[in-house]
Amino acid sequence: MLNVRLYLAQRISAMVMAPLVLGHLAVMIYAAQGGLSAAEILSRTQGSLWWGSFYGLFVIAVSVHAAIGLRVVAHEYLKLTGAVLTAFTLIVGLTVLGMGGRAVVAVVM
Amino acid sequence: MQNSTKNLDVSVWRGDKSGGAYAQYAVPRQENQTILDVVTWIQRNLEPTLAYRFSCRVGMCGSCAMMVNGKPRWTCRTHVRKVLDGNRIEIAPLRNLPVIKDLAADMAEFFDKWHKAEGRFHPTATRDDDIVPVLPDSPRRKAASAGIECINCAICYAACDVVENNSKFLGPAALNRAWTLINDERDGGREVRLRAVAGDGGCHNCHSQQGCMTYCPNELNPTLSIAGLKRVTAMAALKGEI
Repeated sequence: MLNVRLYLAQRISAMVMAPLVLGHLAVMIYAAQGGLSAAEILSRTQGSLWWGSFYGLFVIAVSVHAAIGLRVVAHEYLKLTGAVLTAFTLIVGLTVLGMGGRAVVAVVM
Repeated sequence: MQNSTKNLDVSVWRGDKSGGAYAQYAVPRQENQTILDVVTWIQRNLEPTLAYRFSCRVGMCGSCAMMVNGKPRWTCRTHVRKVLDGNRIEIAPLRNLPVIKDLAADMAEFFDKWHKAEGRFHPTATRDDDIVPVLPDSPRRKAASAGIECINCAICYAACDVVENNSKFLGPAALNRAWTLINDERDGGREVRLRAVAGDGGCHNCHSQQGCMTYCPNELNPTLSIAGLKRVTAMAALKGEI
């Protein structure tokens, strides 16, 4: 169940994610083909404001996008409505944000 | 019209809102025969209590729509030979609407949503004012013209999977109507209409699956109208207008 604000939040988060997904894929291919070890990757990411911002923004966009997308599925197929649907949306968004944020902190800090 | 000795194997849904089942009928096959002819033949010859709805019989009034072999059709303009499955025809009331009796669906919800989408014209002039010039080639007139021929048959509503899964969704016909009025230069209800279609059951719930466009008997494209509403409401929200 979407209104114009949730619709905009999902579209804008998708626009943010699009270049970040391409960047993430490029990084994965580079790291795998170059044969970088975990220690070599961490030496590049730890203390890096750039990688912290890159993946931090990615995690925020994914949290917003996934929570709204699953909200629609939860309403249409599980028939959740009202406060229960709002709580479901927030729980999904905060869970993804927490798990993704923890991962970002682990490789940057 | 040449009569054929061959009979059609017709299943017709009989019942009401508490439930029902398909009943089987053998209907004489005619060379030229619509689904509405079949239903009418059953009522007049076999089943006088069979309830169904029709009026103009020429595809203008939008009252005879039913599910035919699982697909929503305007039955007065649907020829048997085009939809026959072997020798079988299954006729049921329109999907996504409550049943009153047999093949007559309750259209109240459909028209209520038409009003919820502000499908009503908001006049801005009186009879004393000059006629507003509307250029036939203007982009807004073209956008309105593209959706204006809706006959409110509810075939799009029956074809829509979002309507099936989201009871608050206003549906393709109501949103298509709203889009034609958004593009009507004489209309003064833009803001209230944008708010009406931007809420929880509004245009943003459409998944663009285009079932409405696939089955619209007048070959309209409500999905395109809804895309227009999404665009206009998004811009209005970003500008703080709604």
